[in-house]
Amino acid sequence: MTTALLEARDLSIHKGLRQLLKDVTLCVEPGDLWQLAGGNGIGKTSLLRSFARLASIEVYGDLSRCDDVLYVGHSAALKGAMTPRQNLKYHPSGLCTPTDTEIDEALAAVGLAGYENALTARLSAGQKRRVALARLFLPSGRLWLLDEPFTALDVAGVAVLEQRFTAHAQAGGAVVFTSHQSADLGDLRSVLDLEQFRGD
Amino acid sequence: MTEARDIDILHYCRSQTVRQLMLMVRSPSEVVNPLLFFLLVIVLFPLGLGPDPEQLSVLAPGILWVVALLSNLMICMRLFVDDLEDGSLEQLAMARVPLSVAVLPQLLASWLASGLLLSVVSPLFGLMLGLPLNVAPVLIASLLMGTAIMLLLGAVGAALTVGVQRGGILLALLILPLYVPILIAGTRALNEALQGGDPSIALALLGAGVTGSLVLAPLAIAEGLRVSLEL
Amino acid sequence: MWRIVHQFGSPPWVYRFCDRVIPWLLPITVVALLTGSIWGLLFAPTDYKQGDSYRIIYIHVPAAVVALAGYYVMALAGLVSLVWRVKLADTAMRAAAPIGAAYTAIALITGAIWGKPTWGAWWVWDARITSMLILFFLYVGVIALFEAYENKTVAARACAILSLVGTVNIPIIYKSVDWWYSLHQPASIKFTGSSAIDASMLYPLLGMIISFYALFALLMMLNLKQSLTEEYAQSAWLNKRLTA
Repeated sequence: MTTALLEARDLSIHKGLRQLLKDVTLCVEPGDLWQLAGGNGIGKTSLLRSFARLASIEVYGDLSRCDDVLYVGHSAALKGAMTPRQNLKYHPSGLCTPTDTEIDEALAAVGLAGYENALTARLSAGQKRRVALARLFLPSGRLWLLDEPFTALDVAGVAVLEQRFTAHAQAGGAVVFTSHQSADLGDLRSVLDLEQFRGD
Repeated sequence: MTEARDIDILHYCRSQTVRQLMLMVRSPSEVVNPLLFFLLVIVLFPLGLGPDPEQLSVLAPGILWVVALLSNLMICMRLFVDDLEDGSLEQLAMARVPLSVAVLPQLLASWLASGLLLSVVSPLFGLMLGLPLNVAPVLIASLLMGTAIMLLLGAVGAALTVGVQRGGILLALLILPLYVPILIAGTRALNEALQGGDPSIALALLGAGVTGSLVLAPLAIAEGLRVSLEL
Repeated sequence: MWRIVHQFGSPPWVYRFCDRVIPWLLPITVVALLTGSIWGLLFAPTDYKQGDSYRIIYIHVPAAVVALAGYYVMALAGLVSLVWRVKLADTAMRAAAPIGAAYTAIALITGAIWGKPTWGAWWVWDARITSMLILFFLYVGVIALFEAYENKTVAARACAILSLVGTVNIPIIYKSVDWWYSLHQPASIKFTGSSAIDASMLYPLLGMIISFYALFALLMMLNLKQSLTEEYAQSAWLNKRLTA
């Protein structure tokens, strides 16, 4: 029996008086790469946040998921006054307690070798994004919930990330991410078009 | 596959405390400003009431406590604002320890930088208002406990209002009424000490307040933060 | 237990319940209020110390009593909403807050009016009045917090938490204010204490308290109906009920 990492049944999401999405059903198994697709404002982020249990008040339906979740949202949760290394070491999600070598390797993997001790405030938007995504190269959760991971990344950065997704899925993890772009993830990727779940 | 390692709550709290202290050290103005505010307001009272030391020392306990209350309010207004904006708060909520525990390091760091610091230097401010030095131990003890309760209660209000536009005044409206018992017990302790009475009842009540709010407030703070994360 | 919670949580059931109770409650409240006031204002004996001015207690005391109880009603609704996620509890909480605040305001204003002939000042820092003022701020805080949020579902959750925090604190606030008052005021002014009140004065007072409770329930139901009409304007059951 394979245990699903995330199972949503008939999830509906409201925003005030409006119903954003209804009857969303999704089962994420180890090895899955799910892309949540749909136009602006359809509720991709809201759905992802409900998966992360960051939103729950206006979420109805059944949701079960594993505890071992890594979430990267729009905001990078980085403090400008700290270096990338410190930001990762003392990350508030506390998912792992990485060693300094692990952190340096992760930063190198996202192309930030040499920036370990720079002030994060001095980095460009793309570089900050890379610091946030360096968490994916540390020992971290089985289920990744990523909000627009490809924004602000250059071509090389996108390629590195795609490789990482594939490797994570092959190792038995799973990724759910929102994106407008169609990522090059081979046949591992499935797309969930949210248009079909549009609320009333 | 890279499994997340098991998290030890104590280890997590230690690492987050380091993070908070590091941030605190790198923006010293956040630590110094409430203290300066405290000093400035203290200076205003003799200017408004007249320099008579006798009269000032009668009013000193009340003045010190009201100003401590206000400077605590200022700290609470800033408490979660940056963390909500830069996404640290949602990462905190994603941590695999209960959110009510995960917020404690930040509260501890805030208290060290505000409450502890203020309590330690308060006898100096007391001197400016004509308080004799022999009440300093009571002043310090009552402020140490009082600022801890105020921070815990204030954090509940801060958690509920952090996502709201212009939450500052609203925060004051929400939490100042809750500070009334602290104000009463704190000034009581000081007055007893001044009049040669026994301040231990008032101090014991403050101690009970610390215990109670340490148990209950984090739960409310966590619920409040979850509400603010919904927006 | 579940079934009871759900029945009370079902908007059509509550709407029907209000519709059925209000025609009874309305005349009862009016009659009780009239009887109580006439009895208290005209027939209860004059106080030997305060003269007729004491008669304002027939408004002041019931308002103060129900104002405090109203906060607990609100907090209880908040608790139900937090624990069982019953949406109707949110509506109930929202309905209770302004009524409770109004009761508190009445208690404060009548207290001030009473204070003038009794103490010679409109405002005296009496323990009860001070506690009442703080209670007023607690109510206003809940209302202001609700208004501050644009999303009313989220607002209700925030208010539920706040009202629970308030509930834990109210006894502490009341006790501490009493303590503060006993330390700062000479005992001679403290006449509202547990001094025995004559039965001829007490019964109209009890009557007024009961009718203020009835008025609270009535206002609450009217408020609840109004909110439900707004919230479920689109739903079939409401339209059927309104056109019937």
